[in-house]
Amino acid sequence: MSTAVISHEPIDSQWSLPYKGHVGMLCLIVAESAIFTIFVVAYLFYIGKSLSGPTPRQVLELPIFASICLLSSSLTIHVAVAALRKANFGAFRLWWFLTLVLGSIFLVSTAREWRHLIYDKGLTITTNLFGTTYYSLVGLHAFHVTVGLIGLLTILLLTLFRRVQQEHAKNVDTFAMYWHFVDVVWIVVFTVVYIIGR
Amino acid sequence: MSSETIALAGVHEPSRPVGVLLHSWVTTVDHKRLGILYILYAILFLVIGGIEATVMRIQLIVPHNHFVSPQVFNQMFTMHGTTMIFFVAMPILFGFGNFLIPLMIGARDMAFPRLNAFSFWLTAFGGILLYFSFVGGYGLYGVGAAPDVGWFAYAPLTAKTFSLGHSTDFWTFSLLVSGFGSIGAAVNFVATILCLRCPGMTLSKMPLLAWLNLVMGGLVLLVISPLTAAQVMLALDRFLGAHFFDTQAGGSAVLWMHFFWIFGHPEVYVLVIPGFAFASEIIPVFSRKPIFGYPIMVGATVAIGFVSMSVWAHHMFTVGMSSYGNTFFALTTMVIAIPTGIKIFNWLGTMWGGRLIFKTPMLFCIGFLFQFLIAGLTGIMLSAAPFNWQLSASYFVVAHFHYVIVGAILFTIFAAFYYWFPKMSGRLYNEKLGKLHFWLFVIGFHLTFDFMHIPGLLGMPRRIYTYEPGRGWEIWNLIVTIGVVFQAVAILIFVGNLLYSMFKGVPAGNDPWDAWTLEWSTSSPPPEYNFAMIPVVNSRRPLWDIKHPEDPDWQYE
Repeated sequence: MSTAVISHEPIDSQWSLPYKGHVGMLCLIVAESAIFTIFVVAYLFYIGKSLSGPTPRQVLELPIFASICLLSSSLTIHVAVAALRKANFGAFRLWWFLTLVLGSIFLVSTAREWRHLIYDKGLTITTNLFGTTYYSLVGLHAFHVTVGLIGLLTILLLTLFRRVQQEHAKNVDTFAMYWHFVDVVWIVVFTVVYIIGR
Repeated sequence: MSSETIALAGVHEPSRPVGVLLHSWVTTVDHKRLGILYILYAILFLVIGGIEATVMRIQLIVPHNHFVSPQVFNQMFTMHGTTMIFFVAMPILFGFGNFLIPLMIGARDMAFPRLNAFSFWLTAFGGILLYFSFVGGYGLYGVGAAPDVGWFAYAPLTAKTFSLGHSTDFWTFSLLVSGFGSIGAAVNFVATILCLRCPGMTLSKMPLLAWLNLVMGGLVLLVISPLTAAQVMLALDRFLGAHFFDTQAGGSAVLWMHFFWIFGHPEVYVLVIPGFAFASEIIPVFSRKPIFGYPIMVGATVAIGFVSMSVWAHHMFTVGMSSYGNTFFALTTMVIAIPTGIKIFNWLGTMWGGRLIFKTPMLFCIGFLFQFLIAGLTGIMLSAAPFNWQLSASYFVVAHFHYVIVGAILFTIFAAFYYWFPKMSGRLYNEKLGKLHFWLFVIGFHLTFDFMHIPGLLGMPRRIYTYEPGRGWEIWNLIVTIGVVFQAVAILIFVGNLLYSMFKGVPAGNDPWDAWTLEWSTSSPPPEYNFAMIPVVNSRRPLWDIKHPEDPDWQYE
């Protein structure tokens, strides 16, 4: 039985379908969004329900600088991918490295914030419901930043060994989608934790 | 008419030592082999879950029975539910999806073959982790063993105080691990269906099986993730002393219920939509008519997918929600009957006036139609909040959801087994044994689950270890348990038939059913590369177009 079905009507134009990397990453982002949604709902539900202190208003400070760093890293990764598409490797490496630095600043600042909260303010995950929801939601995001940083570093190393070529722009772009997602999630987390929750 | 198998026809691969063969299966990334691995793995757990059910039914056969201890009984219903949902139904449906989707859309493999293998092994290890609890669940405290908190594990049963040892941790982590596997599989399904269709196969020319699995994949992404999140929270509670579900510290037990059922109810649709997909492929072929109302079928499936995500709290009417909450969830639950009803009418419309062929797969599909209707009707009864207050957590509910899961989902899975067995193995199953399986299983199913409604109506709660005589429950429990015997014999015949036919069956050829979708155009079993040439299609029934060049489908679509 032949599988090449005789074409009665010529299939007009080129048969093109979406790039599987993009679709796969979008699917992952949908799933991740659902996970974050549940943590955000739990956070919102438990605002003001802690039986003991400290409360968010007493201990939380707005991480403005870190947020600016993380959000601008979306911009730098975008410029980096655009440079790779034009085979401008020098610019790609520079902007990619900058993205990595900005992401690292964010993670370090989260770490310092946690250290401050744990050692100076005595707030841990077991202290009260605020501690429980705060560390799990911010921690979940920080975990995603960490995974992103590992990815950024891996691609940077591959670049230094000249293994990233122009034809890989699509793959690198797929990874950039993940990084954008991490940034967008931070906007939500920031709003929920530092604005609504405070 | 033969370009597909020239290279390999009649050529036997040299037999390889068992070790090499096993290695090739363990390291495989081929979607067909992974599909078969999923299915075999699920059959193993089907037998285990069935044994657990049998233990419960023996315990309940007469009042004041002491066949097992109350502790073991609790473990049995927890493990039965968890096993059947996560390690039987999900993997078996993923297995068929894996095997069939690339073949039906004219692709050589899934979009991400290695992710596919990774997902399978995550699922497999999740199951092993769950069952390792029988050995490792005692932990340091000398209590525990297998999980015994029920398959939806309501707080505060899962709190450290009430569940010492590690039994609940095994439950949590096994679902977490297999949940990642499910998400990986769903990513693969969606990406494959959207990105790897063969030339000419627009979305409106896809086989319904691909469409329905696309919806199922999307649903998995949206609903397995909340379960994953909730399991992470539970693990944080149990290991790091967080307070998500700890009422002593202001946490909420009801929040867990919401999070669980946001997953739990759409999960039913995750399972039944692939079942619909099997019926939508099999019924037309054995009615010798194209599917009736293809676009409506697609629309109804998408509608079910959407509505299914807003019905979860009908599991929680007895919790005491506001009357607005009750009304909302009662209404959405009733609304979902509309697209499902449309589907039933479309399958009937496909059969209407067709030249029906009552082979085993068709018999199972007809059984499915009949039983799914009844399951839907009791579902509407339970969706009415006042009725639900009376019967929540009774055997009526148990009967209802087994009508869905066994009467609808398992029946379509059996239909799929018989229908695609020739494609997977290259041999025909034994039709007589198949029919015997069907009739025995129908009798057993109805004995068990029809009569299970009655003790429920008489007030018998689910999950009770034993009961007092003289409440009018004895005779019904006896009948229910007798039904299990029929089902068990039927399953043995089924497994025996598959094993026998695997080695001694009549060679099937490419297309034993004179069917119309692309998987029947390649050899049975298909070569590793599926298609020597990537096919080009013009209609929803490409093989009809080849067989009937004088009257091809694409003229009408």
